[in-house]
Amino acid sequence: MSDSQAVSDSRIVVHGAAEGAHHEHLPYQRHHFETYAQQSDATNFAMWLFLLTEVMFFGGLFTAYLIYRNWYYPAFVQASHQLQIFWGTANTAVLITSSFTMAMGVWSAEMRKKGALVLCLVVTFILGLVFLGIKTIEYKEKIDKHHIPGFHYSMQSFTNPASDEEVYKEYHDKPLAVDMARHTEIYFFLYFAMTGMHALHMIIGIAILGFMIFRAQAGAYTTGHVTFVENFGLYWHFVDIIWIYLFPLLYLISRHQ
Amino acid sequence: MNFISKEKGLLSWLLTGDHKRIAMLYLASITFFFFIGGALAGLIRLELLTPQSDLMATDTYNKVFSMHGIIMIFFFLVPSVPATLGNFFIPMMIGAKDLALPKINLLSWYLYVAAGILGLYAMMAGGVDTGWTFTTPLSTHYLNTNVVTTGLAIFIAGFSSIFTGLNFIVTIHKMRCPGMTWFRMPLFVWSHYAASILMVLGTPVLAITLVLVVLERVAGIGVFDPTKGGDPLLFQHLFWFYSHPAVYIMILPGMGVISETVSTFSRKRVFGYTAVAFSSVAIAVFGFFVWAHHMFIMGISNYSMLVFSLLTMLVAVPSAIKIFNWAFTLYKGSITFETPMLYTFGFMGLFTIGGLTGVFLASSGTDIHLTETYFIVAHFHFVMVGGMLMAFLAGVHFWWPKMTGRMYPEKISQLAAIVTFIGFNLTFFPQFILGTLGMPRRYATYPPEFQVLNVFSTAGATILGAGYLLPLLYLTWSLRYGEIAGENPWQATGLEWQTQSPPLTENFPAIPIMDHEAYDYEWLDGQREKEVASVG
Amino acid sequence: MTAPHDKDFESIEQHEHEHHIVSPRVYLTIVVILLVMTATTVGVSYIDMGLFNPVVALAIAAFKMILVVLFFMHVKYSTKLTKLTVISGLFTFLVLVGMTLSDYFTRAWGRW
Repeated sequence: MSDSQAVSDSRIVVHGAAEGAHHEHLPYQRHHFETYAQQSDATNFAMWLFLLTEVMFFGGLFTAYLIYRNWYYPAFVQASHQLQIFWGTANTAVLITSSFTMAMGVWSAEMRKKGALVLCLVVTFILGLVFLGIKTIEYKEKIDKHHIPGFHYSMQSFTNPASDEEVYKEYHDKPLAVDMARHTEIYFFLYFAMTGMHALHMIIGIAILGFMIFRAQAGAYTTGHVTFVENFGLYWHFVDIIWIYLFPLLYLISRHQ
Repeated sequence: MNFISKEKGLLSWLLTGDHKRIAMLYLASITFFFFIGGALAGLIRLELLTPQSDLMATDTYNKVFSMHGIIMIFFFLVPSVPATLGNFFIPMMIGAKDLALPKINLLSWYLYVAAGILGLYAMMAGGVDTGWTFTTPLSTHYLNTNVVTTGLAIFIAGFSSIFTGLNFIVTIHKMRCPGMTWFRMPLFVWSHYAASILMVLGTPVLAITLVLVVLERVAGIGVFDPTKGGDPLLFQHLFWFYSHPAVYIMILPGMGVISETVSTFSRKRVFGYTAVAFSSVAIAVFGFFVWAHHMFIMGISNYSMLVFSLLTMLVAVPSAIKIFNWAFTLYKGSITFETPMLYTFGFMGLFTIGGLTGVFLASSGTDIHLTETYFIVAHFHFVMVGGMLMAFLAGVHFWWPKMTGRMYPEKISQLAAIVTFIGFNLTFFPQFILGTLGMPRRYATYPPEFQVLNVFSTAGATILGAGYLLPLLYLTWSLRYGEIAGENPWQATGLEWQTQSPPLTENFPAIPIMDHEAYDYEWLDGQREKEVASVG
Repeated sequence: MTAPHDKDFESIEQHEHEHHIVSPRVYLTIVVILLVMTATTVGVSYIDMGLFNPVVALAIAAFKMILVVLFFMHVKYSTKLTKLTVISGLFTFLVLVGMTLSDYFTRAWGRW
């Protein structure tokens, strides 16, 4: 009851079910779907639902952040001065650009342009690594200044801001009382939890990008089956959106004198 | 040829994409965890026979009730109906060949097993004694038990649940067969749709909460520690934001089962289909707005107490609507008393009592006196055990012939249902009284004047345990020796009953076309007449 | 006999799979706007607007998010279901944040 025939450069397998019903099955169509359109709609919807879970996952962290920022505002202001606007803005620009290149990648796949797709994916991959590289620089600075919560945390920059020349030059913060200075640790806890969780998602995304570059080079996404690239794009843009909120919340609390 | 005989060998089961096989894998796993949780319950009741803590040290008792709660909630109740009956029957009920994402389905089971193994390891390494609620700063600073391992186990189990819910939502939206409109689907599907929304949107908040608890234990920051400027209530807000919808995740699928059994065994369409369908979704939506009723005595603002109390009263309404609709389904129906129907009656009575006592708790004024007492314990056992577990058993019996091709033995199963009902009431009704008299929960010791009621409760627990062991035995027995079941032993209307038992791997020989309303018994009788005519 | 069908797999085939391809020009416009808004949000943070600083910052972030969602994530060209899904996610997030924060803000009202 089943026969397959090569038709130009695509393979269409036709086989009958018990009642003689025929389904055209593209090679990348799973058997429990009746049509390819159904499959790509279903998987696209599934990715959106997964992103909803991610929204709620980060939601808990945002809730914690908003409460403690409200409670310990002076500590949060001064602690945020420890982050360099230059790196934060650069990272934001890097991620936004990578979203652009990812969107262009999806377009290339839809237009079946293999070379363009690979290029876009590679650039996105590199931009992702640049983002992580900048984060590493920032994290290292925190380690050097003993601003890692729970690991020999030092309040000196906040009880005696003059001792921290670079930051003091720009912001002339007043010294915080020990009570309030202690709460800068909560700021850094949230900083590391939120950017760390974000970075983890970036790492996973970059790993999948690496896999996709190989598959794209082999032509897997430029034969009309763009679902994987499209759905990954959704994930990548979502990670970008998280950063779009993290940046003003963590870096831009109060940068005016 | 059916989905069981199609392929043989362990690997064909462990690497399956077939939703029906995954459902059976889940059934075996959750049964295993149920009996572990049940054994822990037995230990609790044994200890509470006497006012002193003579069976075990108080710390050990704390571990026993904590593990009992964790196992029963996360490893039994949450996956019980959805991962077994939902997995098996949602595709069949909508005329699909499988769920939308079979690999994710299998992944979901493996995550559940991994979580279970990690949880068991944590239990054997000494367990946790924080209560299943992990309240901070007790769990983060003042106890030295396996909070991190257990927290990770629950984190993984949470993702198992998320993937199940995600799969169901996609399937219900995108895989319905021709003619299967939303309002022709069985109400079982609607309930699972609502529960799945809760799984997808609520569980991630639990996940991040557990991450925060683990991070706090590791780094000692004080996010939840008041001595370091943290707020323990933040933990509770985040924890209950999931854990309240979790109770609806647990009960909604059970309510879905009841819609099916109450209709089949009254031979009558469910009264007010639309109301029952919409009330499922309403429970899911409103279920997100009421979580702080678990925190009335914890120091939330008066404004919050007012708002959450009011909203909690409102969320009772859709549940009540369902009970009324099921009752009206019975009215003038042709009622028969097979085992699934006995469990259904049990559900309707016991869930109503449990739900009504929930209203006492919704009122913040009375809750202040009743919370943290045995009244709460009785309330949630009435809805979860008298309600949900009975619904689960109703469903397992109802669909047993379809899943296995065998009938269970009717007489002994009816006996088991009655034994369970009697045992349940004897166990938990005294606990309402104990609670109002002031006996606190989560204590190994109690004042001697409470002993008589505690003894009744323990006696009931013994009977209840026997009632649960019986199905384990006779259902297993029936796999080999049970009467062979036909396609539709109950003359029920769902699509799953219009095909062979056990079903084919692809569920149907050809994609069905749905050309009648749900619970259309006239259509079913018409089909039978056609069959009889074609044979004759 | 054809039965009315909504959103079964045949309908998906006919109605929903329009597969609008967004042009690179749109993407380019959006990324430029996003980068400009990034510069804006940094610049604005240096101006003292008191209570409005966080409001403006979050408003700009929300605007950027909307652009990414509508254009990069194709939601503008997607089905009603996708739009509803996005909105329900945002709604639930707002319930979590809003109702939790309402407890904290009203604690200052004291015991009534």
